[in-house]
Amino acid sequence: MADIPVKIHESDVVIVGAGGAGLSAAVQTGLAHLKTAVISEVFPTRSHTVSAQGGINAALANMDEDYWIWHMYDTVKGSDYVGDQDTIEFYTRNAPSSIYMLEHWGMPFSRNKDGRIYQRAFGGQTRNFGETLAHRTCAVSDRSGHSLLHTLFERTLRSDIAPYVNYFSEYYALDLIRADSGQVIGVVTWNMVDGGINIFFGKAVIFATGGNTRNFRTNTNAHINTGDGLSIVMRAGIPVEDPEYIQFHPTGIYGIGNLITEGVRGEGGYLLNSEGERFMKKYAPHVLDLASRDVVSRGMAQEIRDGRGVGPKKDHMLLKLDHLGHDFIMDKLPGIWELTYKFTGIDCTKDPIPVEPTAHYHMGGIPTNLFAQVVVPEGDEYEKPIPGFYAAGECACASVHGSNRLGSNSMLDLVVTGTQAGRQASKWILENDIELPTPPVEYLADKTAGDTIKKINNLFDSDGSVKMDEIWEKLRDSMSNNMGVFRTEESLTNQLNLLADLREKYKNIGIQDKGLSFNLDLIETLELGSLLDVSLVETAAALNRTESRGAHYRDDYPERNDKEWLNHTLTFLNDDKVEIKYKPVRMKAITAPTFQPKKRVY
Amino acid sequence: MSLAVGDKITFRIARFNPETDKKEHYEDYEVEYRKDGMMVLDGLNQIRWEQDGTLSYRRSCREGVCGSDGMNINGVNMVSCMTHISDLKSSVITIRPLPGFPVVKDLVCDMTDFFNKYYVVKPYLVEKTPPPGEERLQSIEDRDKLNGLYECILCACCSSSCPSYWADPDYLGPSALINAARFVFDSRDEGKDERLDILNDKHGVWRCHTIMNCIPACPKELNPTKAIAALQQAIVSRKY
Repeated sequence: MADIPVKIHESDVVIVGAGGAGLSAAVQTGLAHLKTAVISEVFPTRSHTVSAQGGINAALANMDEDYWIWHMYDTVKGSDYVGDQDTIEFYTRNAPSSIYMLEHWGMPFSRNKDGRIYQRAFGGQTRNFGETLAHRTCAVSDRSGHSLLHTLFERTLRSDIAPYVNYFSEYYALDLIRADSGQVIGVVTWNMVDGGINIFFGKAVIFATGGNTRNFRTNTNAHINTGDGLSIVMRAGIPVEDPEYIQFHPTGIYGIGNLITEGVRGEGGYLLNSEGERFMKKYAPHVLDLASRDVVSRGMAQEIRDGRGVGPKKDHMLLKLDHLGHDFIMDKLPGIWELTYKFTGIDCTKDPIPVEPTAHYHMGGIPTNLFAQVVVPEGDEYEKPIPGFYAAGECACASVHGSNRLGSNSMLDLVVTGTQAGRQASKWILENDIELPTPPVEYLADKTAGDTIKKINNLFDSDGSVKMDEIWEKLRDSMSNNMGVFRTEESLTNQLNLLADLREKYKNIGIQDKGLSFNLDLIETLELGSLLDVSLVETAAALNRTESRGAHYRDDYPERNDKEWLNHTLTFLNDDKVEIKYKPVRMKAITAPTFQPKKRVY
Repeated sequence: MSLAVGDKITFRIARFNPETDKKEHYEDYEVEYRKDGMMVLDGLNQIRWEQDGTLSYRRSCREGVCGSDGMNINGVNMVSCMTHISDLKSSVITIRPLPGFPVVKDLVCDMTDFFNKYYVVKPYLVEKTPPPGEERLQSIEDRDKLNGLYECILCACCSSSCPSYWADPDYLGPSALINAARFVFDSRDEGKDERLDILNDKHGVWRCHTIMNCIPACPKELNPTKAIAALQQAIVSRKY
């Protein structure tokens, strides 16, 4: 058995994840002068928020008349009516002030002639309740995520906050610690640099662990987006909400998946099939290529199914933007030019970019309410807050995005829900007298992290013959084939059987690297375990939902069925068994009238 | 040489395990060239997943924006995820950790000193006047002054390629300085004087001897030398 060192830290707040949501929360807990530990698998500016391109939505009305209620309407419609309308109102109303806050902190937004923030068109964003296209997406060229993440990190370095925010970069979260009362009081982590268990106790814990679409063959996600946060909460008895809704971004680079922003279409680019036809006019006659992402991805997949795909395998589409002109592309979309050129050799000022629908974003996540508190069903209550536990950003399900997220709504989500989580956690700590467990340390480590330490030790000791790579390959291929844009009972049942098999194999996995320092073999093996958990609840929820809604499309149930399915899924995972419950959608907004479900036409 | 799919290339990788090794040594791995456009990172992943799970390196976004995977490839610093194997035009690719930093394991360096120098330059907007209720206005021309500065991904390829940075352990280095310039030349920033005071030092902008290694090293095609020169000019033309 490897000799694993154990270390204990105490803070007021423990934030897991240092992307846009985690850093937004850290700014708030820092401003509240609470001792904050920010734990991250990577240095903060390496978090995946950095890859976002297009921008961040807010009804600033810098380009044309705009109101938050129009943004709210679009978001509810985009969600296919399973977004919770109280959080959507809070979110869209707070959007403009969030953008101004970021600008004040130094975010280098692109500008208009009058010096105001530049806003571009994006999918699903309209004026006057669907009438015409809106220009609502505040952009920093096509590097908006990089700028947002750096700006938030920079904000935490200012002297008013820096003394309170302590970064623990390259610490990998393993498990949640809950007191007997159920209150969340800490996180067990692995120190990646030196090796060893580090236990972080806190009066409040905020999860901002990001996304998890590395389980698909082509995806836009970073290596670290493996759903560890979701796997951790499920091990602690907390469900994952709406896991069946996985967004396929219409324009990932063909074959490799790197993101080509919707901003290309927002600025006037469009999609073509093998016949050179602008096919989106068939699927979204009013707004064409700027329909919501589920509609565009399905349109593309349908064209490919009907034999109008491009290339020798007829399996992708073309994104044309050369007509925008060389200078315009180099000013507004320089990062796209660079990515395309590097990864395909194509100069997109001259030729179209080959693209395909690509796994991009998880609408589901840890169930939260308006206050970013993690909520679980208990007795007659559907949403009872777990004391001391908050979640924000992609790992949370507030649910702002329902069954389909609109482009550039996720960057806003990071800031609004992250800020909310930081403020609410601070309020909870400042208003309550919370006692953390006291040493002896050995007792503490044993009680709170005993199982986790055992699991790590087992991995080190295992002479398991199964190699990580075989499982990972099969997982990616099968999820892409069976859980993609089109799903059927047959494909989903096959996938469940296959996952059962892969999960069985995983139990005999062995790691080659038995050392403590920077053991990437250990981390990737644990990450694969997380993805197997997430894939299982995603597939089980998709099989159960016998309707089509947003990003979840069932060939065998092609219609939306509000009578039976206007609800949220809650999936619990006990060992290998998935238990599914449902809860109502929060249809009542804070002040706005409820937007009742209508047929979605773009 | 040109590569065809199916060809084999040798990756010669510097290995160091602090738990067992006294100093680094090189190990050779055979990598299969599996598709046109294959990056060095794809080769490293192939080795780790299929041959040797004990190899360590940093990586995340795999598209050149997170800055995790700066390393020294055939003698030049670059990010592995944006480096085409075919562009290296050699049958043996030698990969070392970024020069000038202590090694944690294999290709993973300890970046503590690098980030500490970044923190020194106050890499954040300094506001003294309370901001308006809406956004501050900034002209397109003023915003354009940040192009070529704000895109830095903190990969350390530039600082790690700079002989002055190796020679002077206190030199802030091109990365920290280009990040300082990003704020000095921002029309909204009100911390120019205090920032220039920090930079006006023999370990600050005056340590740059325009060797210009940092320019080809930058995977984002930024020009740290030019940014440093602009900072020097801002210091000498400062009015008190």
